[in-house]
Amino acid sequence: MNIDYVKVSLSSCGIAAGADKVYACWEDMLRRYSLKVELKKTGCLGFCYAEPLIEVKGKGLGPVFYGKVMPQDVEEIVGRHLLKGEIVERLLYRLRFDNLFHNDEVWLDKVIFVKDTSGSIKAKEKLAGILKESGYDDWQVIEPADMGIYDKGIVVDIPQKDIVYVCLDDNDLEEIPSLLVSPSPERRFPVFSPHQKRIVLRHCGVINPESIDDYLNAGGYKALEKALSMNREDIIKELAEAGLRGRGGGGFITARKWEIASQTEANQRYIVCNADEGDPGAYMDRSILEGDPHSVIEGMLVAGLAVGADKGFFYIRAEYPLAIERVRKAIEEAYRCGYLGKNIRGSGFSFDIEVRLGAGAFVCGEETALIASLEGGRGLPRPRPPYPSIKGLWGKPTVINNVETLANVAAIIDRGGRWFASFGTSDSRGTKVFALTGKVRNSGLIEVEMGISLEEIIFDIGGGTLSGRRVKAVQTGGPSGGVIPAEKLKIKVDYQSLKDFGSIIGSGGMIVMDEDDCMVDIAKFYLGFCIDESCGKCAPCRIGGWQLYHILEKITQGRGREEDIDKMIRIAYAMQKASLCGLGQTAPNPVISTLKYFREEYQEHILNKRCPSLRCNDLVTYVIKEEKCRRCGVCQKTCPAEAIAGDKERGFYIEADKCVKCGRCIEVCKFKAIERR
Amino acid sequence: MNEYTDKIQEIASRWQNKRGSLIMILHDLQEEFGYIERKAALEVARITRIPLAKIYEVVTFYHYFKLSPPAKYVISVCKGTACYLKGACRVAGEIKKILGVEEGAPTPDGLFMLRTVRCLGCCGLAPVVDINGRIFSRVDVKNIRDIIAEYRRKR
Repeated sequence: MNIDYVKVSLSSCGIAAGADKVYACWEDMLRRYSLKVELKKTGCLGFCYAEPLIEVKGKGLGPVFYGKVMPQDVEEIVGRHLLKGEIVERLLYRLRFDNLFHNDEVWLDKVIFVKDTSGSIKAKEKLAGILKESGYDDWQVIEPADMGIYDKGIVVDIPQKDIVYVCLDDNDLEEIPSLLVSPSPERRFPVFSPHQKRIVLRHCGVINPESIDDYLNAGGYKALEKALSMNREDIIKELAEAGLRGRGGGGFITARKWEIASQTEANQRYIVCNADEGDPGAYMDRSILEGDPHSVIEGMLVAGLAVGADKGFFYIRAEYPLAIERVRKAIEEAYRCGYLGKNIRGSGFSFDIEVRLGAGAFVCGEETALIASLEGGRGLPRPRPPYPSIKGLWGKPTVINNVETLANVAAIIDRGGRWFASFGTSDSRGTKVFALTGKVRNSGLIEVEMGISLEEIIFDIGGGTLSGRRVKAVQTGGPSGGVIPAEKLKIKVDYQSLKDFGSIIGSGGMIVMDEDDCMVDIAKFYLGFCIDESCGKCAPCRIGGWQLYHILEKITQGRGREEDIDKMIRIAYAMQKASLCGLGQTAPNPVISTLKYFREEYQEHILNKRCPSLRCNDLVTYVIKEEKCRRCGVCQKTCPAEAIAGDKERGFYIEADKCVKCGRCIEVCKFKAIERR
Repeated sequence: MNEYTDKIQEIASRWQNKRGSLIMILHDLQEEFGYIERKAALEVARITRIPLAKIYEVVTFYHYFKLSPPAKYVISVCKGTACYLKGACRVAGEIKKILGVEEGAPTPDGLFMLRTVRCLGCCGLAPVVDINGRIFSRVDVKNIRDIIAEYRRKR
């Protein structure tokens, strides 16, 4: 079997799932079987739920992805796939995305994938039988462990024909043979096309992030070469045509930022890459820096060229050690190959980049606070204007762009602004990367075209909830954003639509919540985060946040009063209007949006002292259900608070005033007789 | 003692000609010594001529810098949103029970310390726990016991 390469995705999340051990195992196996196969380290493809993830590409077969690969699985893949050319079904993951820059998918072998994604019909046996009867027994029928498509009936995926049929039933399978002969298969059944479109993540999981040669082979630094031959105004014009807006949360037009900085008189200008990704529950920037650091460097170089800056800074969170390591290595290599430093590629343009680390302060994601931190002090924001594009680092014009924004730049210069603007909606061009997490089945990093609906993201890409419980809401924008309730999931994801519904795109955190999640508790969680992270400089944020948090705490403990809701709205309004920076102005958003859509849940806590999701421990009582209890007495022995009274004769019951609600009894009860109410 | 001041001198000189590098000096100090000791801060003040007050202002502003020595193994429970929703608080509670100490205090043998952090960026594998830079994924109240036990055996 001719194998082009084996790739192992080695980013923070992959390593956390054990990918480093799997990589070592591959090295070992290839040596043991004396196989001359290229083993490549890559960044993250974004399919975190499937980590550790392996990609095997053979001549005319694949790439084939294997998910949740454990060290003990490697030998089987080597033995069956590498040596015999057989696909290992039980580990096979079909990943669905459209990489607009790389597509080396080639299927010469007659392979057909089938899976019943909603029921338990043995679709594989059935289809194999049909194919055999019709004389197609040279086609191999394969049932992947994960089809990448969920709850859509029987799915038939014919990679050689580049078509995926969904929502088929048992009888439809009879017609598959006729579709195999036609040169361009008919679209007789509903067809699936990937929702994910990759521009920003074009190289992530594809190239080795620690190798500049890999980046160059993938077309890297071509945009820089092109930009070097353009004049400054034209670069900015190209970006303006693309309509790229800041991906860090603000959504400011990037070309405008660059233009202002380039037109401000100064003897020195700076480019800063904001990689202080502090939104809890999001990791877009980490993945980009770990998977494709050179594209961000290239973006900074183009920005420097356009703006007339010769110095750039990376401001990276200290909590991302692997990202820091890979960025440092990439900078070193770029210097070595003449893409950084003096007189780059003989153009006369010089640019230096330095790495600076954050130190665990969320507020430093705000651009004026970031500047204060880069200057070596406390990260305190200051009033704007003047904006950093006019007066930034050490008083000089400074362009601060987020990682994802910069990762778009090279793609735009390379393919043109008009090409980029053909994606997305009229006010939100291009794609957006989201960290889809929480109660969703397939948590991971996704990149979608702006304008896609939340529903498509959660159900088609995310596969619905893991628990099978109903989705209750989706939180976007982290501590500065809001929740979108389940009834509104049809809305489009772009800057304006989300804003209209009381949330924001933010930097890209997207957290799915199900019926077990309490909205008051979520609001409290975010407020807790904001009071920890408030820098303390201005009173509305420092005091307002504290007050809001304590009212929420009271409500979750059952001590809330009816007038508290109005009080919170008043405080929230004052914070929005009077806080100095974005952190304080947006900190009350989670409260406002949960109040807007889930007011009755607040009222239930306040008036009836009940938490419908059973999340707020103080409002929950533990009860032994007599009909299920077998009177074994294990709970009584286990209870650390001696709150379980009674005996084997008369039965057991929980004394509410003694119960500390630790949940131990539920854990030990074999008969599921203890219930939270 | 001389070796100690030499090391600090060496760290400070790495950043000598770079503007606004106090935070980077502090990062290197903490990397080297595990925390920012008073005498180290004094030495930095002497070498860089940055006032001691300013150094403390910065050290105390940022969560990342520590003023007291950490335990041998620092267990950081992620309380980012995804981990929070998937039971990080229960995991933190269980660790407290296992170690018998509150957050931020080392165990009497100096082996372990519990702290919580805001998002390690591994939300896809929530809940996660970091022990001295190694990240454990999909942690729950049961497997955390084994993880800690393994570190205890290592000592």
